[in-house]
Amino acid sequence: MADARVAGVGLTHFGSHPERTGRDLFAEAALRAFEDAGVPREDVDQLNYGNYMGSITENQGHQAPLMAEAAGLRCPATRYEEACASAGVAVREAVRTVRAGQADVVLAGGMERMSHLDTDDVTAGLSTASDDLFEVRAGMTFPGAYALMARAYFEEYGGTKTDLANVAVKNHANAVPNEYAQYRTEISVEQALDAPDVATPLGLYDACPITDGASAVVVVSAEYAAEHDVDAPVRVRGTGQGTDNMALQDRAHLARTPAADDAAEMAYADAGIGPDDVDVAEVHDCFTIAEVLATESLGFFEPGEGIDAAREGVTTADGDLPINLSGGLKAKGHPVGATGGSQIAELTRLLRGDHPNSEHVADAEVGVAHNAGGTVASAVVHVLEVAE
Amino acid sequence: MSDRVTNTGYDEWLDALAAGEGFYLESPEGHGSLPPRRVCPHSGSTDLSEEPLPDVGAVETFTVVHVAPPSFAGEAPYVTAVADFGPVRITGVLVDVEPADEEIPVGLEVEVDVATHGEDDERAVVLRPV
Repeated sequence: MADARVAGVGLTHFGSHPERTGRDLFAEAALRAFEDAGVPREDVDQLNYGNYMGSITENQGHQAPLMAEAAGLRCPATRYEEACASAGVAVREAVRTVRAGQADVVLAGGMERMSHLDTDDVTAGLSTASDDLFEVRAGMTFPGAYALMARAYFEEYGGTKTDLANVAVKNHANAVPNEYAQYRTEISVEQALDAPDVATPLGLYDACPITDGASAVVVVSAEYAAEHDVDAPVRVRGTGQGTDNMALQDRAHLARTPAADDAAEMAYADAGIGPDDVDVAEVHDCFTIAEVLATESLGFFEPGEGIDAAREGVTTADGDLPINLSGGLKAKGHPVGATGGSQIAELTRLLRGDHPNSEHVADAEVGVAHNAGGTVASAVVHVLEVAE
Repeated sequence: MSDRVTNTGYDEWLDALAAGEGFYLESPEGHGSLPPRRVCPHSGSTDLSEEPLPDVGAVETFTVVHVAPPSFAGEAPYVTAVADFGPVRITGVLVDVEPADEEIPVGLEVEVDVATHGEDDERAVVLRPV
């Protein structure tokens, strides 16, 4: 099996860019990734492109060839859609393709445009990641779904809105030095608690923003990197994916995310490591409660104990296990179909030492990325490590 | 959407709920699920039988929705809840309650029904305190 490496990464600024086309956003990220990798575009064997709802929001389906053209590629191109885990799946399939020896160079990433829509149209678009018949028709919104999980968590394990506010405060603080982040402003627990309700018990500051942006990751075989004198210091050591019943009502647990448990178990087994070996993680905090659930599924905390971590400083920048040093979806932003690639890009920068927050994890060797789709009916986990 | 778009199995399940004849699908292993289904999502069994839905369930979790999608425009704040009916959970709009956290106890006993809402008289599963 070939050794899959990250040769380079590229991001656009995450934020409100309603005037920009999707193809321009993705082209910017892709060209930046090629420059970062030092890999010529003509060497790309395949494009794996993540996008969630462009067919609805941009009246643009069939986006993979469009994005290949925009990035200057002429190679097999496929769109991956797994809601908010679209780009995570695109990266995972890139890794599997390279490992299988089917390609030397795959560009993986994604793009989403959201800010040109009204909030209620975004709400409607995001809700299509839930079960139309059994959830959406009962008024379940995307924040509403995570609110149902948050209350179930509080009921089963305890926890308060203040605990969740500490997650938001932490991630906002982490985003301040990140040039790609949407919200580079610190917030206080009081501000978070005073924010308007979106879907109780979650308020506005528990939720990620509406974001435009794109991500791109150049995945290469170690052999290709050696032959072409390409610097690819980060290895993808493990990959895993899990699936659960679509509707919350059919899940084994309302206060846990079994699909992410499965993805983590698969990724750790693939990497031959365990949660104790992880130095830093980027996890899917579309809502504050989602970070808590993610860190428990990744085995960093027992079920019911993850909610204390941010408040106690365990997961802050200077804590034992920094979580979402990029600012996370919460503060860096969440262009849905791009997020999984962005997490890999941020983790790569953190491990290489060229992220503005790398100083907090100067000795880190192993990082984990956790990307979830919908209410975690889909989950993708990757283990990255410093190879050289 | 055209009037011709229907959801066979689901629509009949709503009809049954509205008639007070709610049912669920049971696999030989005793797992419950809701139609339309050919395969039990818990056991994988294809041998599913229709069983009467228990009359009363208990709210397991809920949310007061303040930011509504277009299909619920003008209806916020409203409450979406997941209720445990034993063999199955059911998600519905919790009606006949004050849409406020402190007014709704987890464990609240509810029955299931169907009601219409919005300009298009869309049908929705509702949960009502007993």
